[in-house]
Amino acid sequence: MSDGNTTRRGVLRGALAGSAALAAGRAAAESDPLITELQDWTSFGGDPITARPYGLPIRFEADVIRRNVPWLTADPVSSINFTPIHALEGTITPQGCAFERHHSGAIELAKENYRLMINGLVDQPLVFSYADLERFPRENHVYFCECAANTGMEWAGAQLNGAQFTHGMLHNMEYTGIPMRTLLQEAGLGAAGDLADKWIYVEGADASSNGRSIPMEKALDDVLVAFKANGEALRKEHGYPVRLVVPGWEGNMWVKWLRRIEVTDGPVESREETSKYTDVLEDGTARKWTWVMDAKSVITSPSPQQPITHGHGPVVITGLAWSGHGKITRVDVSKDGGMTWETARLDRGSDPKALARFYLDTEWNGEPWLLQSRAMDETGYVQPTKAALREVRGENSVYHNNCIQTWAIAADGSAENVELS
Amino acid sequence: MSNCPDILRAALLGTALTTLALPAVAEPLGLGRAATPEEIAAWDVNVMPDGTGLPPGEGDVWTGDEVFAEYCASCHGDFAEGRDAWPKLAGGFGSLDKVDPVKTVGSFWPYVSTVWDYVNRSMPFGGAGNLTPDEVYAITAYILYSNDLVDEDFVLSPETWDQVEMPNVDGFIIDDRAEAEYAVWRAEPCMTDCRDAPATINRRASDVGVTPADDGTMVESPMEALLAKYGGTEWGAERVSGSVYMDGRPDEMAAMPEAAETEAVQEANAEPTAPAAAEPEPEAETGPDPVVVAAGEKVFKRCSACHAVGDGARNKSGPQLNGIIGRPVAALEDFRYSKVFTTLGEEGQVWDMDSLTEFLANPRAWAKGTKMSFAGLKSEYDIHAVIVYLEAASD
Ligand code: HEC
Ligand code: HEC
Repeated sequence: MSDGNTTRRGVLRGALAGSAALAAGRAAAESDPLITELQDWTSFGGDPITARPYGLPIRFEADVIRRNVPWLTADPVSSINFTPIHALEGTITPQGCAFERHHSGAIELAKENYRLMINGLVDQPLVFSYADLERFPRENHVYFCECAANTGMEWAGAQLNGAQFTHGMLHNMEYTGIPMRTLLQEAGLGAAGDLADKWIYVEGADASSNGRSIPMEKALDDVLVAFKANGEALRKEHGYPVRLVVPGWEGNMWVKWLRRIEVTDGPVESREETSKYTDVLEDGTARKWTWVMDAKSVITSPSPQQPITHGHGPVVITGLAWSGHGKITRVDVSKDGGMTWETARLDRGSDPKALARFYLDTEWNGEPWLLQSRAMDETGYVQPTKAALREVRGENSVYHNNCIQTWAIAADGSAENVELS
Repeated sequence: MSNCPDILRAALLGTALTTLALPAVAEPLGLGRAATPEEIAAWDVNVMPDGTGLPPGEGDVWTGDEVFAEYCASCHGDFAEGRDAWPKLAGGFGSLDKVDPVKTVGSFWPYVSTVWDYVNRSMPFGGAGNLTPDEVYAITAYILYSNDLVDEDFVLSPETWDQVEMPNVDGFIIDDRAEAEYAVWRAEPCMTDCRDAPATINRRASDVGVTPADDGTMVESPMEALLAKYGGTEWGAERVSGSVYMDGRPDEMAAMPEAAETEAVQEANAEPTAPAAAEPEPEAETGPDPVVVAAGEKVFKRCSACHAVGDGARNKSGPQLNGIIGRPVAALEDFRYSKVFTTLGEEGQVWDMDSLTEFLANPRAWAKGTKMSFAGLKSEYDIHAVIVYLEAASD
């Protein structure tokens, strides 16, 4: 390095120090060798193109992964893992880290071996190949998919320490697919007569089959038979080559590896809609057909896996909000456990039945926070507290816990999942 | 087929529709091909609640017992009572309105068709779709028998289908959130002074310590915590890991004696976590779940003819039961135990959750020759509750 350089840098440093003094709290710094010294990556070439024909995230992001809680289930073949929502931004969930839930494992089903049958009360029972499906008019829509059991482990108290674990049975993708109504019309619904009391029964090609009954009104409304997500083929673990998308309704109904659609004159009352995915109330009766996922939100940062590490001053509070009833219209944030609220900024507004991203750009100076977020949707529904939910449902519910979540932020910036008085 | 248009209409998203009109469409595209009858028969196997869709065939309880032992018992237990964390298929009667309901075919499932349909297509786990219709009839009959819903000579077939009454058939209501919840929660939200008192922390996730660590190692699961405290138990595994998928909740730590709560309370009190210092909530838990204890006290009425527990408890025709968890079998000097009990004690057998649970379920099976002439408790919930009660009453 020449003397001239050093001198010039010395002058510059002086000037910077002056402006730093103006901006309160901005410390004068030693020169950063990452800037002052020539780095390898600035000097040498990087990987050639196609070093990886299909790229994975750079190795420094290796912690942004699905995680599971082994003690939850008896066998990983029928189990669930969680999207790292604490580490993601925006609203679209990359397929590679979107949560998985299988009842009998993720099967490998090639497009050539794929068949979709429509039968039951239709004019002409039909079989489609994958190639047939690609010839129907198709549409693109962004929707969230939330497991009915998301936040289910939190019913009786704060339990899992991280937004990934408390709220990560959730993903949001742009789907390409054929409206269910198009396929039903292809088979003809004349045989079904009055459609008001008809249902469709959908099942997958895996061993669990995961059959579910869906009322005809929903089937004709916005249900999609999807074969792409986020612009590419579905992943194996999300039902490759074809899955069902049931916007706003619980994830269990989004049948993967969809193989059959039957028009019926009543619900099948399958195992997944009786033994499971029903909600036991305090008196022992259970609600059934609780399909819609109500409005819900969670702060993804700061959160237990995403503590404040940058010290005092400006901080971005951010999170996700969604509603199975339509658009999110507003999200409020509280720093004091729900005593006072301020309205957050909804970034890019909200698509119906899709994740919305909210921000509260604020200051933190080491004071303890009890952070909460509260979503409102276009029906005027306000996300309830856990106490309010318990009052109606008792404490034996497993599914549909959409309560307000609290993170306690301590003076050192760490965050913890807590339940309040 | 349960054809109930009125109920259905009510369920249809609250829309007052009587007829659903198809949107005007273009002509069919003529894609795909006709499904053959053989193809439809191969895939359309669902059975409706009224039995529509059942294939011909039949199966009796005793055949079912054999088939179940061969294909199912390794996971679900010889009597469908569930093994380890695998689902229980029998029992749980009367538990639906209790803490941690045990939802089985007998206690919860509304229709026999669901059993037939699910077993036929999805079980045994890892080898689904290989049972013959007769085998499925027999297994279904056996599961019903294990739940005391049919006699031992029952034969299940399309003809006898209607004879089975499922106890919880009327236990379900259609989603009533619109009235019970939306009506209340569609309101202008409060922005200031929204709580009666400043918030305080009741519980912390770190007290439970069940979140997997990031380095891939497993932190203590609630199950392990229980095992460490009480010794090995399938019961603990089932209850705790049950959670969302197998039912029950993983946070049953809270219902366990001395599990973590005391610490929670201390910490909540000690730390100035709320912006304004506030009184700690008095109802933060400090002991076993009172609901479970109360349930256990009721169950103990069936034991109290022979046993006492608590302050100054004396031996009756059975030994007093103070501090029974952790107490060696046949430990009391002033009680004359049976030979088998004395031997077990000498061998070092100690009462823990596991042994107590097994013993109370079937005393004579657990210790052939025991003096305790008691048939056993049928309900897992009752067993759990009475043990929790014994522990609580001993303090
Ligand atoms: C290898 C272990 C295993 C074997 C063997 C097995 N099952 Fe299962 N069973 C499971 C698992 C795991 C589930 C839960 C699956 C899920 O939903 O993810 C289950 C679920 C069930 C259920 C539904 C339980 C509920 O509460 O919803 C029934 C009924 C059942 N099995 C019956 C049978 C029968 C009958 C057999 C023998 C033909 C059998 N199982 C063999 C593991 C097993
Ligand atoms: C008809 C009288 C009777 C009834 C009812 C009865 N027990 Fe017992 N129990 C006994 C006798 C007698 C023994 C001693 C067994 C032996 O020596 O074989 C015993 C032993 C026990 C022991 C082992 C004690 C030790 O010191 O090792 C436990 C635990 C126990 N009973 C619990 C219960 C519970 C809980 C109930 C009610 C659900 C119950 N018993 C009902 C008579 C009874």
